[in-house]
Amino acid sequence: MNNKKGQKKIDIAPAKNGGSGFYSDVVKEHFFKPKNFMEDESGYKADGQGMVGSPACGDVMRVWIQVDDKSRRIKDLKWKTFGCASAIAATSMMSEMVTEKGGMTLEEARALRPQDITERLHGLPVRKIHCSVLGDKALRAAINDYYRKQGETDKVEVEAGRVIDKVLKITDQDIEEAVLDGAVTLEDVQRKTKVGTGDPSCIPEVEQLIRFYREKYFGAE
Amino acid sequence: MKVTKRQTSNVKRQEVYLDHAATTPVDGRVIKAMMPFFDTCYGNPSSLHAPGQKAHKAVTDARNSIAGLLNAHVDEMVFCSGGTESDNLAILGTVNMSKAELKRMYGKNAVPHVVTSAIEHPAVLEPLLKLEYRGEIELTQIKPGANGVVAAEDVFKAIKSNTVLVTIMLANNEIGTIQPIAEIGKLILKHRKVNGSIYPYFHTDACQAAGYLDLNVEKLHVDLLTLNGGKIYGPKGVGLLFVRRKTRIEPQVYGGGQERRLRSGTENVPGIAGLATALDIAQAKREKESERIAKLRDRLIKGLLKIEKSRLNGDAKNRLPNNVNVSFMDIEGEAAMLYLDAKGVYCSTGSACASTSLDPSHVILALGMSYEAAHGSMRLTLGKSTTKKDVDYVVTIMPGIVRRLREISPVSLDMKQF
Ligand code: FES
Repeated sequence: MNNKKGQKKIDIAPAKNGGSGFYSDVVKEHFFKPKNFMEDESGYKADGQGMVGSPACGDVMRVWIQVDDKSRRIKDLKWKTFGCASAIAATSMMSEMVTEKGGMTLEEARALRPQDITERLHGLPVRKIHCSVLGDKALRAAINDYYRKQGETDKVEVEAGRVIDKVLKITDQDIEEAVLDGAVTLEDVQRKTKVGTGDPSCIPEVEQLIRFYREKYFGAE
Repeated sequence: MKVTKRQTSNVKRQEVYLDHAATTPVDGRVIKAMMPFFDTCYGNPSSLHAPGQKAHKAVTDARNSIAGLLNAHVDEMVFCSGGTESDNLAILGTVNMSKAELKRMYGKNAVPHVVTSAIEHPAVLEPLLKLEYRGEIELTQIKPGANGVVAAEDVFKAIKSNTVLVTIMLANNEIGTIQPIAEIGKLILKHRKVNGSIYPYFHTDACQAAGYLDLNVEKLHVDLLTLNGGKIYGPKGVGLLFVRRKTRIEPQVYGGGQERRLRSGTENVPGIAGLATALDIAQAKREKESERIAKLRDRLIKGLLKIEKSRLNGDAKNRLPNNVNVSFMDIEGEAAMLYLDAKGVYCSTGSACASTSLDPSHVILALGMSYEAAHGSMRLTLGKSTTKKDVDYVVTIMPGIVRRLREISPVSLDMKQF
């Protein structure tokens, strides 16, 4: 199922076994006892904060960071999440990964990938992979916010997508989202994005992107 | 010191199954009725020898018994593999069969029209959406009122000259609301008479209703009715489609021609015997059980609505006696469900996160409610084993769980948006 050798593959737990076997013990640990969540916003001085929402299932994540100005390391990270067990566990795990061992530098934190979080969680069910994507997005938004506040706008990295459907202005990111939300076929992606209905000439490219993202997040079929 | 917090943690853990709308345990009497057909009476009902004929008799007995309960004819029973197959057969079978007739009447571009509600089970909606996507039907989905009940008048008004099928569930699986099937049925009959047409046919999915409501097809005025075993303390993997005599319907499964050619495949003899027994028990007890369980339902609703920012989904009165569906604002249902699971309470949610498609409950959304309300919706469905103690346990532990999840949620919506 998942080949351990070669490039890092996400460890995917069987999605359909339901019940308590659905999530790994690490996920459950972080879900039932979340670490570093924001308890008292009013008393917290954040150097940067970010918030993202998933258009997929409507989940929202918010991240606050405190940064050491000299070393540019993240000293503290607090979060709040509206989402399922995977989303809660993934943000909780991310908060640990970012702040452990003296804290990540901003650049290290920016390079954190959802796959890294998923791995530390001992895998997530296939249809829950997308929940792990929100956390690091919120984190990157908080890092941008920090740079903006410091006046270092050259370091702000906006993630703009490449436009695929020129009529409906649908980007490769929209297609990535759709795949993360469980779309498998062109029909599924169209149901979510309507891509190609305005500009049918982009359909072959859309199909290619679907294959690419399926492969990236869920491994070869 | 927070007294409530301490109270919750001191409550003794209980195992409470509140997901009877998902499925029920099998009644011991049903298991007993099924047993002989696994080993001692194992024949194939199509075989003419003695073991085969014994099995054949068991299937005939089941057919007789169910026909009696539905006030229908024996030759109107079609056994199949469950509610989903039964719904699919009703829809695909009648729609396909109607095409030729429609073309004859309205020319070669005529497309059959189907009327359904926006709150049907996926076993009804999905085949219909597929047909619509392929351009094989025209589809009208009737929105229910904010109380989750479809108005018979709205359904009737949607009927056109090319309408071949109306399919509306007897009771909703998520919010338990009971639909005015008899009333719709009467209007359809009148329409057919006035127009001298055999169409539209009227189908109802009665899977959730079978334990609590009257299934008399003459009173409901339906042509097709779906039942299954797994919701009425019977076996899973067995279902039934009542098909009124003379209904034009074509099979979806071809083979040996069982079930009057409408559903080929060797009969699931133990399953069929089990379904008949389960339905018999359920229908005999339904009035008394409805009364008992409705009291518990109301107690649970009252207890849960004491939690801040909560609301009941679906009509408070016109709903199945075992259904509770409550939304808690600012929290996500799957997380809540898993916290409940850890405390021994088993229920389900309409949250997008818990669905395979990542879409929030189409039923809650059809009530005109927000995504957030669907997200925080919890369905608790009671059953035969449910006691007052179970209900009180849930009412005691729920506030703590909701509070905990609200603590880690960045969302805090206005009740007005709810
Ligand atoms: S947050 Fe919605 S599925 Fe995980």
